[in-house]
Amino acid sequence: MSAAAASGIVRLPVWRARVVMCAMLAAFGVLAGRSVYLQAMHTGFLQEKGEARYSRVLDMPGTRGRILDRHGEALAISTPVQSVWAIPEDVIATPAQLKKLAALLGADTRDLQKRLADSSRDFVYLKRQIAPEQAEQVARLGLPGIHQHREFRRYYPGGELTAHLVGFTGLDEAGQEGIELAHQASLGGAPGSRRVIKDRLGRVVEDIESIRAAQDGKDLQLSIDSKIQSLAYGALKAAVAEHRAKAGAAVAIDVRTGEVLALVNLPSFNPNNRAKLSGVQLRNRVLTDSFEPGSTLKPFTVALALELGKVTPRSMVGSGRDTLRIANYTIHDPHPEGALNVAQVIQKSSNVGAAKIALSLPREDMWDLFNRAGFGAAPQLGFPGEAGGRLRPARSWRQVEQATMAYGHGISVSLAQLARAYTLFARDGELVPLTLVRSDATAAGTRVVSPQTARAVRAMLELAVQPGGTAPRARIMGWRVAGKTGTAHKQENGGYARDKYIASFVGLAPASEPRIVIAVMIDEPSAGKYFGGVVAAPVFAQIMQGTLRLLSVPHDAPLEPVPLPGEGEEAREST
Amino acid sequence: MAKLNLLLLLVLVVCALGLVTSQHKARKLFSDLEREQARARDLEVDYGKLQLEASTWGLHARVEKVASGTLGMRTPDARRVRIVERGAPR
Repeated sequence: MSAAAASGIVRLPVWRARVVMCAMLAAFGVLAGRSVYLQAMHTGFLQEKGEARYSRVLDMPGTRGRILDRHGEALAISTPVQSVWAIPEDVIATPAQLKKLAALLGADTRDLQKRLADSSRDFVYLKRQIAPEQAEQVARLGLPGIHQHREFRRYYPGGELTAHLVGFTGLDEAGQEGIELAHQASLGGAPGSRRVIKDRLGRVVEDIESIRAAQDGKDLQLSIDSKIQSLAYGALKAAVAEHRAKAGAAVAIDVRTGEVLALVNLPSFNPNNRAKLSGVQLRNRVLTDSFEPGSTLKPFTVALALELGKVTPRSMVGSGRDTLRIANYTIHDPHPEGALNVAQVIQKSSNVGAAKIALSLPREDMWDLFNRAGFGAAPQLGFPGEAGGRLRPARSWRQVEQATMAYGHGISVSLAQLARAYTLFARDGELVPLTLVRSDATAAGTRVVSPQTARAVRAMLELAVQPGGTAPRARIMGWRVAGKTGTAHKQENGGYARDKYIASFVGLAPASEPRIVIAVMIDEPSAGKYFGGVVAAPVFAQIMQGTLRLLSVPHDAPLEPVPLPGEGEEAREST
Repeated sequence: MAKLNLLLLLVLVVCALGLVTSQHKARKLFSDLEREQARARDLEVDYGKLQLEASTWGLHARVEKVASGTLGMRTPDARRVRIVERGAPR
């Protein structure tokens, strides 16, 4: 035993200590390296992972704006509904439970089973957009693998009344038709998202950041008055049924502001349930279809003749014969009235008279007037698919075409264009731009003819609804009415169908200070009567009377019942 | 020196506890706010539903049916209606 050993001190070899020190340094080195790696090079990934333990990104839905009528009544509203979906692999359910689920969803049990058996897919919609109450019952079944999420669905309380105008949205709430499509940009909301911190119980405890703010769509107030709309729909529906017509349309315009107060189409559809929708029901005959208007165009020809000083209301037209031959085409008046003056041409709706007046006018001027009255160009209402009608360039007109155009053949217009063109008689020569959106300001019009001419034509239009005119049935008690009938043969396969007509009436009231223009069109009345004055004028009268009453327009005529015309008192017309 | 350190330690502890409680309070308030906001959204949804219901009940056609059918009302004859002109403002 050495002395060192005896004193308890063992002398170890120096190399051992060095080895241990090196090993420890190396270990430190590794640790330092690792931490540099984690802290400096991998930091983003790790922070993300850490945050993922407590932070969540929440989606914020943006609701679609409502569509309202001019009084704030809702025409389209979005409300939340639930969509039920499943992960087929996770679903564990007894046949009894499945049956119950199918009953709740209103689906076929076997169909449901088949969809759940398809394990190749990890996401299956079982039913989209069911009512929240129903969804709650589904949730109460507590089936694993069945989930729900919230969606919005559009409801249209006006139903078929406003279907064509308001249009509708698809399943994903994007506008597909009508106003819903036209104003998609402002109506549509944008969903947003934000990052939050959630605690153990899933409650949100802190807002970290807003990734994108959710944006709700803006409400849109239309110029439509629900009451007038409903009135117009009722009147039109009754007439279409009575005359067994194929279709009908009507539009009412506020002359001062250019607002469209009512716009109805038949046949209609229920936008809340579009399962059995056909193309015929979808057609918007006021705005997107055009037709040959017939005699309702005569006042424009006469207005131009007055404006150019070619005639006065009292000058005589023609010699009382009931035909006019141009080239090898003959224009008829089926009910010859003898010699007529200009005012009577309008009152009796004489084709020969109108054609003769037209032939005294330069065709360029006629084209120019039609063009400035808004024919041949879409009326710019901001509605998808507006028809512009057809107005051929003046240099392609042959003489006979110029003559037939005077009474509205060889030209096509939409009902909205026709109604708007009549605002120039209502506003003393000014054409008003139309709008479907509410505006209280008086709209600035563009002058087309002089106030004298417009008033003179208005007086002739008033004659047309008096006994002896073509439309005594357009009169109403308490207000003076002015207007013009149209009865046009329908175009078919490039020619005119013998026994198919479009009956129309465009008019304004009160005649002393016009406030409203209403145009009515009835397509193929097939119950025997087809004259505009018999088929369309009563609809006009009904809508006009209700509208003037609803707007409390002062009376300008004595309050005496209007007698219905007796047999033979009405002038007949052929176009 | 030691006394000062002790004092500072005490202050530190108090501050730390203060931080914890205020954080807790903030989170609690925040979750309350969150709950109220959710409630506001739900009410908004209810409002939409009620509006929908109101306009369904208030459909012109239905009102007319009830008025003329159940209540026996009718539109007054135009001759019995007086239109009052608005007087000149004084």
